[in-house]
Amino acid sequence: MNVVPLPRRRSLGQVHVAKVTLAHGGGGKAMKDLIDDVFVSAFNNCLLGPLEDQARIDLSALAAHGDRLAFTTDSFVVDPLFFPGGDIGKLAVCGTVNDLAVGGARPLYLSCAAIIEEGVELDLLRRIAKSMAEMAQQAGVQFVTGDTKVVQKGACDKVFLTTTGVGVIRPDRSLGADRARPGDVVIVNGLLGDHGAAILGARGDMQLDSPIESDCAPLNGLIEALLTAAPGTRALRDATRGGLATVLNEFAEASQAAIEIDEDMTPLRSEVKGFCEILGLDPLYLANEGKIVAVVPADEADKALVALRAHPFGREASAIGVVRSGEPGRVTMKTVFGGTRIVDTLVGEQLPRIC
Amino acid sequence: MKYVDEFRDAQKAKSLLHEIEILVKAIPIAKERPIAIMEVCGGHTHSIFRYGLEGMLPKEIELVHGPGCPVCVLPMGRVDDCVAVAKRPEVIFATFGDAMRVPGSKGSLLQAKADGADVRMVYSPMDALALAKKHSDREVVFFAIGFETTIPSTALTVLQAKADGIKNFSLFCNHITIVPTIKAILDSPDLQLDGFLGPGHVSMVIGTGPYEFVANYYKRPMVVAGFEPLDVLQSIWMVLKQIKEGRSEIENQYARIVPEGGNSPALAAVAEVYELREFFEWRGLGSIDHSGVKLRDAYAEYDAERKFIIPNIKIADPKSCQCGEVLKGVIKPWQCKVFGSACTPETPLGALMVSSEGACAAYYQYGGVKKYEAAS
Repeated sequence: MNVVPLPRRRSLGQVHVAKVTLAHGGGGKAMKDLIDDVFVSAFNNCLLGPLEDQARIDLSALAAHGDRLAFTTDSFVVDPLFFPGGDIGKLAVCGTVNDLAVGGARPLYLSCAAIIEEGVELDLLRRIAKSMAEMAQQAGVQFVTGDTKVVQKGACDKVFLTTTGVGVIRPDRSLGADRARPGDVVIVNGLLGDHGAAILGARGDMQLDSPIESDCAPLNGLIEALLTAAPGTRALRDATRGGLATVLNEFAEASQAAIEIDEDMTPLRSEVKGFCEILGLDPLYLANEGKIVAVVPADEADKALVALRAHPFGREASAIGVVRSGEPGRVTMKTVFGGTRIVDTLVGEQLPRIC
Repeated sequence: MKYVDEFRDAQKAKSLLHEIEILVKAIPIAKERPIAIMEVCGGHTHSIFRYGLEGMLPKEIELVHGPGCPVCVLPMGRVDDCVAVAKRPEVIFATFGDAMRVPGSKGSLLQAKADGADVRMVYSPMDALALAKKHSDREVVFFAIGFETTIPSTALTVLQAKADGIKNFSLFCNHITIVPTIKAILDSPDLQLDGFLGPGHVSMVIGTGPYEFVANYYKRPMVVAGFEPLDVLQSIWMVLKQIKEGRSEIENQYARIVPEGGNSPALAAVAEVYELREFFEWRGLGSIDHSGVKLRDAYAEYDAERKFIIPNIKIADPKSCQCGEVLKGVIKPWQCKVFGSACTPETPLGALMVSSEGACAAYYQYGGVKKYEAAS
């Protein structure tokens, strides 16, 4: 008689102490309990379930989506961990999803590596994992593998996350920073600088009446809508660290073209504007976590704007400038005042003024 | 009124520029040479470049950029002093962000931080005092720089520290005063200036009275100016009007912020805590009498120079550095031999290239690299 053993359903471990200790990084039962309690229960899916050392993904299923694999990685060290409009977990998912989507890829799978400082509260980790799971579901992606380390107090700042993502690009998509051409239109999907201002506001003592919220959002749906309406889109980037100005400089340099934007058309929330005025910061360099910069051929610009504005993450989309033949790599801005100034790449960090 | 957009109105700018053009044509000397107007304050320099004002004015007007950037005029030796204090294991060195990148002879405060010095960025001296209260086992030293704009806030912080009995707090005082600066500029044989835009926020503290010597003795017009582009344009117009009418007076364009008599409580706090130094060393300008302040003996316990042994070594500027000439307005940023080559925001030789109010930084960031290229 052949007895086929039934597959055993593993029961998930739980952590019963309030704070993470070095034992939770030791590789033994304590670590399994931590992984189960915090991550597996939140990310629960069939690819993660087996908990092998690697996730295994069917290649032919992937190939059905397109002809190129898109592959990206990002680390997240934001402080504070929770801020108006988001948290490190939400940031991690959106950041990685967006990095894939701006390449025209359909984001599919993510990994999550966490470095945790001893002494961090378990509840904090659970909140972060829950946020990641919710955001992954919203974006239509899955966490399929991960890693966890616990380090001594002081060796890292509470939690550091690294997420890697893979997606697949359709054969008819070819976006590239070097594809901008004179006459193309530069479009953004909404108000700029919210994330950078939110983080600075959450850290410092600005005591604002209405705290500025981060714009952190997964943009793959928005980008699909854009690329469907404007298939000739040349280039897409998300305007994260370094802000809009940095992306424009990257486009101008790679395409060896000049870009001119209009300060009047560059949308800013009035609170962000005021915040920047007080501190002497330039909103063009503030980070965004839910904004893309698109270079679109002139004859598709209107359709692009309509498609963006129809989407919840693109209501305030605006055409902010044009690509010109001019000094290659030069980005300029026509000020509200009628003058012209250069918009250079950020050097170092923006620091608030003294007087 | 939000006091931002209204003062950046392009239509009003056009009318002002038109008026300026009419005025300039009515000034005879403008036919022979450009009318040179100096903006003393680095904030004005920044505004001028950010809005591209220089390019919008008629060519008969030359804007000369003055030394009113407290970070820019800090001698390298003083930065070395900061780094020496910051490196002490018991010290938390608190500073405004802008000062962190200024190069000393052995690196900046930012580099010292990367090497392990506890250097922290604060937005105000009161943040530094809060650090002292929080870390009673450490010595908190605040890098006090700035013209009269920031002197009251550090004075009030010292008074608060005394009232609260805080012992582990001190200032490394590098405050400087504007009047000797302007006098040094006027006495300089290298410069031929026809008028001044006066510093807006310094005047908010000291009022307009202290500048009377500019009009009465040196017979030059000065208009205390706000920082929005319309403020700057209107102030230039007011200076030109004085020149045309042969007047030399101190006028206040920034009246919405600047009271004629200054801010009495601020001035009282300053007088209580500080006294003038005999002289103070300025980068590029040399030693200027009575141009700096130091803590009075009654507040010696809050004086980092008395609490710690400060190296106090005079360091000469790098040979290729022409900061002094740019600070005095003798040359423009792009005329400096190393502008944009050996001296860039990533590899600065002097503070003018890293401070947010430095003329070189403003020029490099906002434009005029066109002009630089045209000149070379």
